[in-house]
Amino acid sequence: MAVKAVILVGGPSRGTRFRPLSMNLPKPLFPVAGRPIIWHPIAALAKVKEVTEILLIGFFEDFVFRDFLDACSMEFPNIHFKYLREYQALGTAGGIYHFRNEILRHSPESFFVLHADVCCSYPLAEMLAFHKQQGRKGTIMGTRVNRADANRYGCLVADTDTYEVLHYVEKPESFISNLISCGLCLFDYTIFDTFHAALDSYSRMTNEDDNCNQTDEAYGVLRLEQDVLRPMAAQHDLSVYITSGFWRQIKPAGSAVAANASYLEQMLHERPADLANSQAQRAEIIGAVYIHPSAQVDPTAKIGPNVSIGPRVTVGKGVRVKNSIVLDGVEIKPFSCVLNSVIGWRSKLGTWCRVEGTPEVSQHDAEGLTRAGIKNQSLTILGQEVVVADECIIRNCIVLPNKELRNCYHDEILM
Amino acid sequence: MKALILVGGFGTRLRPLTLTKPKPLVEFANRPMILHQIEALVKAGVTDIVLAVNYRPEVMVSVLQRYEKEYGVTITFSVESEPLGTAGPLALAKDILAKDDSPFFVLNSDVICDFPFEALRDFHVQHGQEGTIVVTKVEEPSKYGVVVTKPGATMIDRFVEKPVEFVGNRINAGIYIFNPDILTRIPLRPTSIEKEIFPVMASDCNLHCFDLEGFWMDVGQPKDFLTGTCLYLASVAKRSPEQLASPSESYVHGGHVLVHPTATIGKDCKIGPNVVIGPNVVIGDGVRLQRCVLLDSVRVKDFAWVRNSIVGWNSSVGRWSRLEGVTVLGDDVSVSDEIYVNGGSVLPHKTISANVTEPKIIM
Repeated sequence: MAVKAVILVGGPSRGTRFRPLSMNLPKPLFPVAGRPIIWHPIAALAKVKEVTEILLIGFFEDFVFRDFLDACSMEFPNIHFKYLREYQALGTAGGIYHFRNEILRHSPESFFVLHADVCCSYPLAEMLAFHKQQGRKGTIMGTRVNRADANRYGCLVADTDTYEVLHYVEKPESFISNLISCGLCLFDYTIFDTFHAALDSYSRMTNEDDNCNQTDEAYGVLRLEQDVLRPMAAQHDLSVYITSGFWRQIKPAGSAVAANASYLEQMLHERPADLANSQAQRAEIIGAVYIHPSAQVDPTAKIGPNVSIGPRVTVGKGVRVKNSIVLDGVEIKPFSCVLNSVIGWRSKLGTWCRVEGTPEVSQHDAEGLTRAGIKNQSLTILGQEVVVADECIIRNCIVLPNKELRNCYHDEILM
Repeated sequence: MKALILVGGFGTRLRPLTLTKPKPLVEFANRPMILHQIEALVKAGVTDIVLAVNYRPEVMVSVLQRYEKEYGVTITFSVESEPLGTAGPLALAKDILAKDDSPFFVLNSDVICDFPFEALRDFHVQHGQEGTIVVTKVEEPSKYGVVVTKPGATMIDRFVEKPVEFVGNRINAGIYIFNPDILTRIPLRPTSIEKEIFPVMASDCNLHCFDLEGFWMDVGQPKDFLTGTCLYLASVAKRSPEQLASPSESYVHGGHVLVHPTATIGKDCKIGPNVVIGPNVVIGDGVRLQRCVLLDSVRVKDFAWVRNSIVGWNSSVGRWSRLEGVTVLGDDVSVSDEIYVNGGSVLPHKTISANVTEPKIIM
């Protein structure tokens, strides 16, 4: 029986935390490990033989994903791709419900729902087998996190023997469980009854809510986590598939670097031939490094680990790049050093520059950026077409596009 | 002729360098600080030099014995059992300083300039009074004690300590010449020559001042050590440019680069302005150096960047590392690859393998 997938890609007003990188490219298309963020779940879905169709749902304009989906159709010829545009923000489940006829066409047995801003090892075939074996209406992917971090996510309480989800709470104030939702679900086609019921009860609830006087517009708005998963748990309809593979959210711009590292590590184990090696590149390569074939890297450069270098990038003599993403068309002049940073499209770094961020220790460090109103530590992000003069150090800074930096900066957001 | 050099104590202001060597032996422009002074004194005909010290490290004794032979000069240590200030050491060394009627020089060991001892002696002999103070002009006299002369003369009228209103911009440069008569004014106890002796001499109309030509710097602390190095190199560039690296060398950028003949420099380097490279220093490829001093046997690895810093003896700077902000590495410090050190003051034998982003002392 066929299985479909829905990837929730959001819209241009979303992903503000991904600025300044989302100012020039929709976040789902931002390249990590040499491929757009949403290519990674798509490639994982394509490996599941039952998957026949992948639908992107979001409120970007239609043309945004056109080229990307064309390329996907070429790369994964057995899968049908389609972008479904929401004209109204209906919430994560509202959009799915709105396009239920599209999803149910050709009678799939079940469908995956994925959030685009997740970086994950995507053990989808295993999850599908588990779902069939469990026989509940829905399966959610869960992972264990540090106790202290659990309240940033949707927390699950599950029966350890039956894997039934007993309780679901979105971002609880107190500690509930260190098992959290990965933002990745698998539903049987019958799930739309639950959506429908949720929609009815949700609109009744909002009608009764004094704070909500936009009831007309609010109809049809449905949140997947709170409005669908919670009642499913209450009705014994939800299982949890616990993964021990890597998982992280891609929220602030700096988290792209960590996602890049995770995917590169995965490539190192699964398809090392796609990565750079010292012999082929002639430069010194450390660990997992992706270098686009059209990039020019001087043999005296030292690259890696966890570096992606995009198309048409020029890396000069004696350059060092570590734990960073270097985007298309960047030029790095000789003897410069790039550590823990994202270098935006067509940016230019002079000679002996040092562009440096503070590496994340846990995945929440990137959010520490403006914690308590004080900027403490972060990766350095240069937006598109930023120019850094010779010998300058740019450390722990976020630089908006088209800035020309002639001085050294530390711990600043440069408008 | 005779001279007394006020060396004083442990040179704590120039730590961490002075944890390894006594301050007079720390190399300034590739020669021990005190050698600059000894050479200039010898050139002016001095045959007896007294070093006024609080302590007498063996290493200093042996080095100075060598200089005695090399320069044909007698060097005596005058060791204070308690600090005697800036005048007391003169009383302690009375036997030598008053052994004949000829005048003697006194100088502060932290001072670097184009020492004008011959002209100073001639001037002093010509005016015939008891003392002459070398004065230098500064931009902000309010931070110093200003020397005020009688109108249109070189005779000193009075001293004004940290003047609020502008009374002049000549300050005491810490270099003097005195007739032995001055010793009758100085008791053998802690005494300040500036505060207790000079004002009396001035009111006796026995003190003149002598304008210093060119640069002057008290190099007693790292920041001023670097500034003094820049001034000294500029002076060398004018006086005897052949001592500096030729501007035609591919690596020289902006001039004023002093490279010891035993140092080696890799390719694609950009060095200068204002750099001193000590003996046996090894510099890798693609290294950028400016306004910095590398002492004996330093190793700067490929693609490193150093500015406004002092790299102590035997230390190494890793590949793609960056030192700036008056970073001072003591003896045998190792900075790992890709490390950023801003204003770090690093004690000897440390390894730095994490960034030092704000000025601090690394114990």
